[in-house]
Amino acid sequence: MNFDFDYALQILPTLLRATVITFQATVGGMVLAMIVGLALELLRRSGVKPVVYATKGFVSFVRGTPLLIQLYFLYYVLPLYGLSLETMETGILGLGLHYGAYLSEVYRAGIDGVPKGQWEAATALNASRTHTWLRIILPQAVPPMLPVFGNYLIAMFKDTPLLATITLLELLGTAQAEAAISYRYLEPYTLVGLIFLVLSWPSASLVRLIENRIRAENRNGR
Amino acid sequence: MGADPRQPILRMQGVSKSYGAVQILRGIDLDVEAGQRIALIGPSGSGKTTLLRLVMTLETPEDGTIEVEGELLGLRRVGDRLVKDSGAHLRSVRGKIGMVFQHFNLFPHMSALQNIMDGPVHVRGLSKDQARERALDLLAKVGLRNKADSLPRQLSGGQQQRVAIARALAMEPKIMLFDEITSALDPELVGEVLAIVRELAHETGMTMLIVTHEMGFAREVANRVLFMEGGHIVEDGEPEQVFGNPRSDRTKAFLGAVLHR
Repeated sequence: MNFDFDYALQILPTLLRATVITFQATVGGMVLAMIVGLALELLRRSGVKPVVYATKGFVSFVRGTPLLIQLYFLYYVLPLYGLSLETMETGILGLGLHYGAYLSEVYRAGIDGVPKGQWEAATALNASRTHTWLRIILPQAVPPMLPVFGNYLIAMFKDTPLLATITLLELLGTAQAEAAISYRYLEPYTLVGLIFLVLSWPSASLVRLIENRIRAENRNGR
Repeated sequence: MGADPRQPILRMQGVSKSYGAVQILRGIDLDVEAGQRIALIGPSGSGKTTLLRLVMTLETPEDGTIEVEGELLGLRRVGDRLVKDSGAHLRSVRGKIGMVFQHFNLFPHMSALQNIMDGPVHVRGLSKDQARERALDLLAKVGLRNKADSLPRQLSGGQQQRVAIARALAMEPKIMLFDEITSALDPELVGEVLAIVRELAHETGMTMLIVTHEMGFAREVANRVLFMEGGHIVEDGEPEQVFGNPRSDRTKAFLGAVLHR
């Protein structure tokens, strides 16, 4: 079976349009994951025992089960209990919850990395809890986390084909649909692979660049 | 408050604290009058720093009470029981206390000016213009008017500590706590920091609790000296008396060891 360039060129625009869907799911999922991750970490630090245990349990559960099964659960099981979401919403929710559990650990490391003296200085300035978090702790905790966030963003991007299994017509889903019509598999799947590669490779380089910059800045200071 | 002129600005009664099995403070009773500048001296591990940390609410006493101008700090009276306090009441009492730390603890992501303005704007509710003007005055006072836009990492240790003093002053506390503020500095930078505190002591009537290993400085700036050992206040007197004619043998031994090094 030879690679048919004409056929490839013909389906390329369709696949590129589907890339936008993949992109939306990734960005939506990441934004949600960053919020969920922070919320989980704050709950874990709340000091209220039942809340702490429930949060730890949730994180372990999400991290201990495959994303694919979580997506099935959200897509096929939640509607049985009256909660049906759009496919895209389900996808973003699945990615956001799954990666949020992982990001909560990143937040934990970042927050633990802020020296104890910073909390004490905040107390000595009589700062409220909100003020302490928003103006003193998080602005110091988040920058070192950015490269890790970047790596999770790329990982999430490469997990989006799983959304094809809940009928979201993102890149892989669209390629499958094309293949089902033409019975040609080489071109659609090769293109999907190439598009992923072309997007994630520079992103990974960018993350490394940010990482180096942050490291250089830390060397100059503190 | 403060209607009764004889009411102590700070009162500690039976305050105890331990870390694990190690008891650091053993039933401290201490009354501090407004305007007193108290030097806390003593060997390391004697509880001096812990005493300051308790007053700043960085630690919670296991036993005893601390009052600031007659109001309980970190505790609230419910019926005839004392419960842990948090929220508005704790903050209203704690706002009367400021602290300068051994390791400065400036916020590394803020300029010198922002470090000083942050509390006045976001805690005390001053307008930005007011806070900036006041912060620039304070920077001038500590000799760093030209460093307003520098980040802490661009400043020397001595400069950072001077900014930290300005930051604490900007909150206009009634009681200022200085915790070994020159211990982390290179010897040649100690003088500039002590000069600021000395000036502050002579210009304002601010109440101060100063933990220090600089005996000459303690003698010069303080008008009351506490010698602590093993979690107790062993000696309490005027600088001339404590340094010149210590009553306790333990004070004598300690001063002998540090002064003739």
